[in-house]
Amino acid sequence: MSANIVYAILVTSLATFLSRFLGALTSEGIKETSKLFKWFNCLAYATLAALIARTIIFPAGVLVDASYYSRSIVVFLSLFVFFISKKNFVYPTIFSAICMAIINNYI
Amino acid sequence: MMIKKNFFFRGYRSIFTHDSPAIALTCCFIAIGALFKNLGFNIQESIFSTVLTYALPGSLVMAESMLIGASLLNIFLAVWIVNARLYPMAVSLFPLMMHKSQPKWKYYFSCHFIAISAWLIMKSNYKNIPKKHRIDYWIGIGSATVSVSVIGTFLGFSFSEHLNKDVMLGLAILNPVYFLCMMIGASKTIPVTLSVLFGTILGPIIFLLSPEWSILIAGIIGGTLAYLVGEHSVS
Repeated sequence: MSANIVYAILVTSLATFLSRFLGALTSEGIKETSKLFKWFNCLAYATLAALIARTIIFPAGVLVDASYYSRSIVVFLSLFVFFISKKNFVYPTIFSAICMAIINNYI
Repeated sequence: MMIKKNFFFRGYRSIFTHDSPAIALTCCFIAIGALFKNLGFNIQESIFSTVLTYALPGSLVMAESMLIGASLLNIFLAVWIVNARLYPMAVSLFPLMMHKSQPKWKYYFSCHFIAISAWLIMKSNYKNIPKKHRIDYWIGIGSATVSVSVIGTFLGFSFSEHLNKDVMLGLAILNPVYFLCMMIGASKTIPVTLSVLFGTILGPIIFLLSPEWSILIAGIIGGTLAYLVGEHSVS
């Protein structure tokens, strides 16, 4: 293994573990019925939703190659599939990949 | 006290259910495996990275930082900021699993499994598990999701030359779509529904003002607003 890559992996995992570990430590004093717990629950859901929305609207990596409109169409159609499939998670997921490939090539 | 096997395997099996995140997880780690190969990682380094980091946005930030030759300190800060969301995720999950009869090492060790997929599975199933054994169930979920991620990384690394642009695009959109559906599925109470709604609206808006901090700021503002509205509606 090259030293630079190993150091980068170690630094990345340390930076990631830090938030997880501090969260586990903090949790020791928090009751699941407390207001603080409820607030953190809202923070967690809002943060995740913000991350997902940002990934779709302002993506990094390969998704940049798909236009904003094609990404939006795929997401809306996938949500449509999600609701008509009685909130099944797998059908819209597979549909989104196929739909993205088709839209990006033919539309 | 050792891990209770039946609860561990019950958690492990959650990855095989009909609405499991296995497909989405495998696909996004296939993309990561291919990315690692293109960055010059070997197979050991790629798997080592997936097991030790086990957080997709963090791995992407590491990859981008390495491409531009960033220093280790820069990589640390960039990853820490993007993965800081794991802190509220931990605080909103671990109190549900804390039990005085369980040793603390289980909690400190298993916090490594906190990631969106395992977190959402635990959040939707914890009520069916006795509180004393939730931590063993959680370790089962985490072990399963990490196993799937390792398999995905291996596949992506091995078949990277067969993954053309269309396949990579398909893999890339699949992950946010899956988690968006999961978040909508989890929106069963007023505070959670509003948190998801506010986070979705504020995330991209704040990104225009502060790309690095947008997720955290949107999470804090959106989550706090949702909490206040939820408390108000209860009272």
